[in-house]
Amino acid sequence: MGNEKFISRRRFLKTAASVTAASVLPLKIVEVCWGAKSEEKFTFACISDAHLTQINGTKFVNNFDKGLEQAVAELSLMWPQPDFVVFGGDLAQLGKREEIDHGLEMLSKVEIPIRFVIGEHDYYLDLGRYWEEKVSKLHYSFDHKGVHFVTLNSILTYEDWIKRWSTPEERMNQMARLDNPQGSPFMVGKEQIEWLKKDLAGVSRDTPLIVFSHSPLYKIFKPWNFWTDDAEQVQAVLKPFKKVNVLHGHVHQIIYNQIGNISFQAWMSTAWPWPYPVSYDQKPNAVPKMTVFMNRADPFHERDATGWSQTTVEGGRTSQHFDLWENTSRTLRFDHKTEQLVDDQFQNPANRIPPQKHY
Amino acid sequence: MRIVTVLCSIFLFLLWAGESFSGAQPPLGLPPVPIPEDNLQSPEKIALGEKLFEDKRFSGDGTISCATCHDPAKAFTDHLPVAEGINKLKGTRNSPTVINAVYYQAQFWDGRRPNLEEQAKDPFVNSVEHGLGKTHNFHEFIVEIIRKDPEYVKQFKQVFGVTPEKITMDEVVKAISSFERTVVAGDSPFDRYQYGGDKTALSESAVRGLELYRGKARCQECHAISEKYAIFTDNKFHNLGVGFNKIQPRLREIVKEFRMAHTKDKELDESILTKSDTSELGRFVVTGKLSDLGAFKTPTLRNIAVTGPYMHDGSMATLKEVMDLYNKGGEKNPFLGSVRVLDLTDQEMEDVIAFMNSLTSPQFKDMVAK
Repeated sequence: MGNEKFISRRRFLKTAASVTAASVLPLKIVEVCWGAKSEEKFTFACISDAHLTQINGTKFVNNFDKGLEQAVAELSLMWPQPDFVVFGGDLAQLGKREEIDHGLEMLSKVEIPIRFVIGEHDYYLDLGRYWEEKVSKLHYSFDHKGVHFVTLNSILTYEDWIKRWSTPEERMNQMARLDNPQGSPFMVGKEQIEWLKKDLAGVSRDTPLIVFSHSPLYKIFKPWNFWTDDAEQVQAVLKPFKKVNVLHGHVHQIIYNQIGNISFQAWMSTAWPWPYPVSYDQKPNAVPKMTVFMNRADPFHERDATGWSQTTVEGGRTSQHFDLWENTSRTLRFDHKTEQLVDDQFQNPANRIPPQKHY
Repeated sequence: MRIVTVLCSIFLFLLWAGESFSGAQPPLGLPPVPIPEDNLQSPEKIALGEKLFEDKRFSGDGTISCATCHDPAKAFTDHLPVAEGINKLKGTRNSPTVINAVYYQAQFWDGRRPNLEEQAKDPFVNSVEHGLGKTHNFHEFIVEIIRKDPEYVKQFKQVFGVTPEKITMDEVVKAISSFERTVVAGDSPFDRYQYGGDKTALSESAVRGLELYRGKARCQECHAISEKYAIFTDNKFHNLGVGFNKIQPRLREIVKEFRMAHTKDKELDESILTKSDTSELGRFVVTGKLSDLGAFKTPTLRNIAVTGPYMHDGSMATLKEVMDLYNKGGEKNPFLGSVRVLDLTDQEMEDVIAFMNSLTSPQFKDMVAK
């Protein structure tokens, strides 16, 4: 009760302040000021990489269905409800209309707005046509409570690779494979980078940015496409902004990084966990040193190391809380002093849970 | 006839209780009993604990002791769906057996207490169990009875070295827990087959059942059998959907109300056992994790044939009903644990039940669940 009063008082003061400001300053400057100084804390939910897989007809892989179903059910019990949910891509496994429809039906139980990011598993069958028709634009931006949000389609690739395959199914299957010598790296592409520049041209450098993408907008491990080929060019466009947060899917694990002013963090998958690329030592990897790995997943539990998360935006920076299924919950908090993400409990090696040594 | 049976069982029980204390070796098929350093066992403490366990004066109307719901003559259960306390008031949960409860890493169906000592405190002050509420001054009521009872005064002095005015609930629950740590039972036909090398100890059906238990029926995944012993639990919490449909349509409101109430630790036990909505939330009320909704502790399967009815709400009278539930992959809900459709035939289910019937320890084999 006391808390409620406090909030409404704060809200009142804020409203009063902006009203006063509006009466003296030209409209454009007011918007900029509001974006830069807004301290309003808000939360959005993150669900990603559901990989719904059609077996045949109306039969889908139960385990992956269950992951998304549980995330949606848990989301509906959040109170207060978050402002919106971002779905991080790979709703489908092989881009089929049946899989996308099945996913949309499951997501129809969500009562808050959904912002969609497209993943390669949604894209490479029909090059995003059905997605654009039924689900969402492939790239777009929006403003929310003083933060400028941008969603990128980061899973595009080279034109000659796309034309190489005799059927859409063959193309989709090739892109769905890891360690594929015939694969091709993801990219945002020149056209979209130009769009991004234009979109950001009207945004103050003080306005916090949150960018959603499916693949990480930095380079971790090429054989699994934990990678965006033109990441440096995208980063260069984001660099002039004071507070930039990139949230992405695809990697199915907790991973976070800081490059200059840009903080990066991944979403979990509701379907399955990937191992960390360091376990595959034949090829070099660039897993960020700051990342505290997830506990080794329990192979006897189908839900371990999968899940969803809540992101809290405060002071233009994002912190992410994972209530992990069958595992210890974790929180990645943005440390405003060191200006990077830290794990709330486990960043200090002394606090980590020692790995199992007996088998 | 019934009296003779009861007397026989009590006699057998006493024999075996004494044995399990004096012998450093646990019964066949069980690991050593974990004994906390701050509550070591002694014959006097165990005897005191047993007396406290059976003392009906520690209740609002003088009718309820621990043994009312954990009756030694009923394999330390009450054979009722849910516990019945003072004035025939019903709780929400099935009374679990005390037998081998010492091996659990957390007590109660939702694991809200970490050990036997902490568990033993709650039922006394719950309004639908022993009913020692505010008018009785809660636990003080028990301590006062003990302080005024010359026999108890003597025993507490001997066991804990305390004068009457220094007696607290801590000593009371320590003694009760010491007694409960002697209520362990293995040496079932399965133990003799598995760990004793007696390949004739199980029927052919039970042997097939064991094979199914570890394979197609997937029981082993949670009701663990280890190489050198079997406690038949993973000490985890799982949602099977039992009772969950009662709250699912109103789940959002129930969860919200529970969170807003900020139910204090002291009130939690009362809320769980008096409000069926809170009860069905399961492990969630302890951890606050949504994935723990409707999840309950994996109970041991030792002596399962004599400790029915089954499930946290006692809603299943027979092992056949339990098998039917698992065979269809539990009751569907978004928080369902890792159970799946098993496609067992009737014969296969009978075999698994035959196996479960082989888990009864000798001292309980004549106590058939009603």
